[in-house]
Amino acid sequence: MKIHIKNGRLIDPASATDARQDVFIAAGKIVAIGAPPPGYHANRTLDAGGLVVCPGLVDLAVRLREPGFEYMATLESEMFAAAAGGVTSLACPPDTDPPLDEPGLVEMLKFRARNLNQAHVYPVGALTVGLKGTHLTEMAELTDAGCVAFSHADAPLTDTQLLLRALQYAATFDFPVWLRPQDAGLARGGVAHDGQVATRLGLAAIPACAETVALSAILLLARETGARIHLCRLSSAEGMDMVRQAKHLGLKVSCDIAIHHAHLSEMDIGYFDPNCNLTPPLRSQRDRDALRAALADGTADALCSDHAPVDDDAKQLPFGEAETGATGVELLLPLTLKWAEESRLPLAQGLARITSDPARVLGINAGRLTPGASADICIFDPERYWKVEAQALKSQGKNTPFTGIEVKGRVRYTLVEGQIVFESA
Amino acid sequence: MFLSSNPQLNKHGELHHLLSIEGLPAAILWQILDTAQSFVGVTQREVKKVPLLRGKVIFNLFFEPSTRTRTTFEIAAKRLSADVINLAVNLSSQSKGESVLDTVANLAAMQADMFIVRHGQSGAPYLIARHVGEDIHVVNAGDGRHAHPTQGLLDVFTIRHYKKDFRALRVAIVGDILHSRVARSQIHALTTLGVPELRVIGPKTLLPSNVDNLGVHVYHDMAKGLKDVDVVMMLRLQNERMEGSFLPSPQEFFKFYGLTADKLALAKPDAIVLHPGPMNRGVEIDSDVADGNQSVILPQVTFGIAIRMAVMSILAGN
Repeated sequence: MKIHIKNGRLIDPASATDARQDVFIAAGKIVAIGAPPPGYHANRTLDAGGLVVCPGLVDLAVRLREPGFEYMATLESEMFAAAAGGVTSLACPPDTDPPLDEPGLVEMLKFRARNLNQAHVYPVGALTVGLKGTHLTEMAELTDAGCVAFSHADAPLTDTQLLLRALQYAATFDFPVWLRPQDAGLARGGVAHDGQVATRLGLAAIPACAETVALSAILLLARETGARIHLCRLSSAEGMDMVRQAKHLGLKVSCDIAIHHAHLSEMDIGYFDPNCNLTPPLRSQRDRDALRAALADGTADALCSDHAPVDDDAKQLPFGEAETGATGVELLLPLTLKWAEESRLPLAQGLARITSDPARVLGINAGRLTPGASADICIFDPERYWKVEAQALKSQGKNTPFTGIEVKGRVRYTLVEGQIVFESA
Repeated sequence: MFLSSNPQLNKHGELHHLLSIEGLPAAILWQILDTAQSFVGVTQREVKKVPLLRGKVIFNLFFEPSTRTRTTFEIAAKRLSADVINLAVNLSSQSKGESVLDTVANLAAMQADMFIVRHGQSGAPYLIARHVGEDIHVVNAGDGRHAHPTQGLLDVFTIRHYKKDFRALRVAIVGDILHSRVARSQIHALTTLGVPELRVIGPKTLLPSNVDNLGVHVYHDMAKGLKDVDVVMMLRLQNERMEGSFLPSPQEFFKFYGLTADKLALAKPDAIVLHPGPMNRGVEIDSDVADGNQSVILPQVTFGIAIRMAVMSILAGN
């Protein structure tokens, strides 16, 4: 299938391109940009007039809920939601049931995902067996099966000696380790940021130091072991300062922020909205502003959706009993555009945080538009407003704190390896 | 982003549910206090009944055990001639795995007019209020650490009974503020009614962060905090907080924060002492003080019935 994307505004952050250029696709790859190759005849032409043509989005945290949580969502529903969100590469955390701690599970997931012919799925393996924090997993075997990194998801890792050894072992083979810093003791029992809202609403609190205490341990161990560390979903201003300093010192660290934390704060909990029960908790407005600034100056490498579909029964509970997490993969693009516009950043710089930058974190050859690259492309209407409505979301999880708000930027076409996997009117 | 309009008020700005004192205009608090005043007479008559809620069905829906609050709600409803059904839900359907909302939907189908809800989780009454039909009222009888609005109201009613003008008062709340839904409701009630100086006194482990944002002055020293106050509001210290990571022992707590006659002497000579009950004598309050002539702890209980009658009758009338 040869596809000619014409008249679009091509934005490729990796090559600092922002220009009206056509894209020519053949055999799943981009064969030319600008002028067609000799003798090129398209089977289909997509008119991208008024639309932006950019690399397919790369999302660092999408829970597909398989295996084990099919009642919340299925691979089919969430892969389609990703396509509808313009996402063509995604990393899935190991917090499935059972966790991704055996090569067979990872191979099965990759196989099932491949058969759906949608986004490329990059499993993140469990750092310890069963995410129990006691035994290291067979990281080399898991890597052979397709894992791109190892993480402990949101499971507590209380044994610092084990963390040290996990980092030493991973560093031996240069496997990246992804960690969400949270001190299990300081976070114990908490459901909301330790700030004025938790105080008013009487919600058990998780202080910001739950993040920074764990982060300082991770950064010290990173220096000690030389491990490659990616920090997931930072939530505090102080945490961001520590990462800035660590990068300045030359440590091999990167980090991401979730779309929720870039836009919301503890205030959005309102009258106990369970959709705002998130991990980590939404923090103060000062924290949110610091996260947005860190994303703008590059201290934070990527924005991710932290997609976590939850079934309605698990959300329609008192705030503290509700399952944490929100659906988000379909909102990654518009919420990134919103942040970039509000931060007065060029569109290309905003898009970098969801294309070339997360691709670099993942260490994959994606997130860029160059001849010879896989034709993973997102084409979107940057001016189209739409209202987030739960029932219109493709994801099986309808839970999001953004329900009811107007966002700008709608995906028109998503291409994976030159195949149109999503298109909308 | 959503759930932003005040779920307690109807479109005319009248009280539809009583979930928290926070967010209620002072006029509604005065309306409740004045209505309660008119019911104090009823509770002292020989025939202690008025027909205001005749034919109405009120469910006491207690997901957490309670004797005192449930009983006073029951008495209040009966004095208003309502039919009252008591449900200790933790003992019945919840143990069979039924969700809060399923329980409520079933009871609503039995033509309930009002739910009096107590739940261990902060915000549970909001969840229920969002899901019941428009003609059903919800009263929060205590949710987690969040709010206990009728307790807060009966406390300010008691204070008004003895002290008249809120705008001339210095009030101290003492003890475990962090875990106390009573303290939060007291703070909102007192600040809304115009108390100019409100203090909280306790060790740092039992004070929530940002508590000063609620409009209170923070003290860690009883001697300083009680100096020249008109009202001392003691809080109950839950058994599970007495030893462990919040406090080393009940004895040490009593030494620093227990209300004794010596400490009370630092307050104004006519200061009154309140306690929401049940009291831990010798932990947060000395028996001499609890039973002394500055204590208004028993009148609080009596006024509690009038306050709950007022709340239920106002809700049913809106």
